[in-house]
Amino acid sequence: MSGATIRRRGGARRTWWGSWAWFSALGLAVLLPWIIFDWRHGRHDGFAVALLTQTAIMSVFALSYNMLSGQSGLLSFGHAVFLGLPAYVTIHVMNAIAAGHLWIPEELLPLVGGISGLLFAALFGYPTTRQRATAFAMITFGIGELVTAAATMFQGFFGGEGGVTADRALNTSLLGLSYEPAIEVYYLALAWTVIAVVLMRLLARTPLGRMAEACRDNHERVRFLGYDPHGIRFCQFALSGFFAGIAGALYAMTYEIVTYDAVGATLSGNALFMTFIGGVGVFWGPIVGAVLVVIMQSWVGLVSNAWQIYVGVLFIAMVMYAPGGLAGLIVLHGPVWQEGRIQALLLSYARVALPGLLAVLGFVALVELGSSVMLGEHEKGAVRLFGGALDPASPWLWGGGAALLLIGGSIARRQGRALAARWALIAEGTSAG
Amino acid sequence: MTPALALRDVHKSFGATRIIQGVSLEIRRGERHAIIGPNGAGKTTLFNLISGRLPVSSGVIALNGRPIQNRSPQKIRRLGLTRSFQIISFFHRLSVLDNLRCALLWPLGYRVAFWRLLDRERRLNQAAEEWLERLALTARRDVQAGALSYAEQRALEIGLTVAGGAEVVLLDEPTAGMDRGEADRTTALIREITQGKTLVMVEHDMNVVFGLADRISVLVYGHLIASGAPGDVRGDPAVQEAYLGAEAA
Ligand SMILES: Nc1ncnc2c1ncn2[C@@H]1O[C@H](COP(=O)(O)OP(=O)(O)OP(=O)(O)O)[C@@H](O)[C@H]1O
Ligand SMILES: [Mg+2]
Repeated sequence: MSGATIRRRGGARRTWWGSWAWFSALGLAVLLPWIIFDWRHGRHDGFAVALLTQTAIMSVFALSYNMLSGQSGLLSFGHAVFLGLPAYVTIHVMNAIAAGHLWIPEELLPLVGGISGLLFAALFGYPTTRQRATAFAMITFGIGELVTAAATMFQGFFGGEGGVTADRALNTSLLGLSYEPAIEVYYLALAWTVIAVVLMRLLARTPLGRMAEACRDNHERVRFLGYDPHGIRFCQFALSGFFAGIAGALYAMTYEIVTYDAVGATLSGNALFMTFIGGVGVFWGPIVGAVLVVIMQSWVGLVSNAWQIYVGVLFIAMVMYAPGGLAGLIVLHGPVWQEGRIQALLLSYARVALPGLLAVLGFVALVELGSSVMLGEHEKGAVRLFGGALDPASPWLWGGGAALLLIGGSIARRQGRALAARWALIAEGTSAG
Repeated sequence: MTPALALRDVHKSFGATRIIQGVSLEIRRGERHAIIGPNGAGKTTLFNLISGRLPVSSGVIALNGRPIQNRSPQKIRRLGLTRSFQIISFFHRLSVLDNLRCALLWPLGYRVAFWRLLDRERRLNQAAEEWLERLALTARRDVQAGALSYAEQRALEIGLTVAGGAEVVLLDEPTAGMDRGEADRTTALIREITQGKTLVMVEHDMNVVFGLADRISVLVYGHLIASGAPGDVRGDPAVQEAYLGAEAA
């Protein structure tokens, strides 16, 4: 069988499909504020716009993280530093502009964030990128903690507990926009997201991008080809800081406040979650992860205060069962889909999905019951779950949840093995095999 | 004329274990030199010392008259010495083409260029395609290197080593694990691509050694016991006793 021809044909088709997907994603991002429109009041839905803006910012942030994790094989636990510090710089610059000390067009503020991100990443990155693997991860964690501690100590720059605030209506727009309405900031963020995504995509195809991947695969061999792996990691780290800095500036402009949360471990952890849930091995994986995590954080966060548990469990499940992330799963199905064999798998999927869904329901019930007990809300009488009011003191609910989780889970596991066997059979002979 | 590569009284110990014990050797420019010796003699260690992978315990290694011992591998590579690995070592998740492009980037002066697109670089891609052709890997151009067959992986290993055009080439058992036909093809390939270069090769396969080498050195437990033309080395009683005995008989 000629693997090469199948691959090339698949490659060509995927390119066409790929640009179609990119343009429809962009089209959707542009149109969504008009699709989800608050017709009753004749204005944009504030929640939707906030969600979209956050997704755009987090997409850039997660992609910049993947320049390290996916492309360079470097696991960072302090990436928020390169979003947060530029966010502080940007918010100070915004105040300086407002005070008349500076004049920078509002549309170019993300560049301020980007350049400061580049400088901070170069500064911290030079010693850090001497290391790789575990030592690198430890140092980035240390830097994250260090900067978070500094943020509470040095009031002048970081503003202490309260953070630093600014007003984004600066009157320096080149387009004559005030940037008072959130929708204007969204479109600015979207434009910069497109710029950052295109640049990062191109960067992956440059000599530096390729050598970063080479370093990831075999850092020692790189040296015998004339390269210094430290230099490669350093450049990649600094450029990753540039893009995280763009996200940081957009963050400052969107929220008009920057506190030490912006440099903290939770945000660093989110970069890791988004990237690994979405998929490190595919360029657009982190965007999928960003969309999902933002939705879980905001939407699920509205109805449940346990959203972090769900993100955490999803993360663990992905790392265990689908280390390629969601994007990896999607890409895996590409050849099977193209060769029209996906129908043969549908039944097997349904057999896993149904009990799987029940297990998820059971798990959600247990988590929600548990969290309401912890918060003491049961004193008010009921947990709102699945549209109804439930009594968290009822043993039936706890038992039912546990039963769903256990029975659904074990059936899903058994069916999962059958699916894997069937998958191996189907994938044989296609280029997925 | 200064030798391409000169070792003077090179020693290497790991802790108390002395692995290389005073090796002196001159490799002339343009010659093909084979280093043979029993397993564990220190042949790979010697390559590690020359290529900067390990620091020497003492002694001098000179490339074109210039001392290179204890310098970093990348510095030594930039000075014109390249090596392959006995245990295959490449970028397993990159395509075959990208592996070769990685080997060409530094020699062609790209360094960490992040403002150039690989696919747009005519000179780079032309050179990479030529190497694919030479290594008979054109049909495997877009396959991940890790998915190649063993013989193809060995060919790529040689390609990675030689593609950058260094003048002194060290190959560590390039035909290890190959059958006769594959070994013969690899020998022909090595002969072709080291045309006009200086080659130092560790090899166990005597067909390859006597087919390719202008001179042979024999390393036994860290000592160089003989060095000379193939006929002389084959006839050397010390060598016959220490190493070639079984095969010469
Ligand atoms: N990094 C190291 N630390 C300690 N001992 C080492 C190290 N590298 C090699 N050795 C030892 O040095 C000796 C020589 O090893 P080397 O790999 O150089 O032999 P070789 O001649 O290449 O053998 P082979 O023909 O099996 O490839 C071996 O006994 C090996 O165990
Ligand atoms: Mg060896």
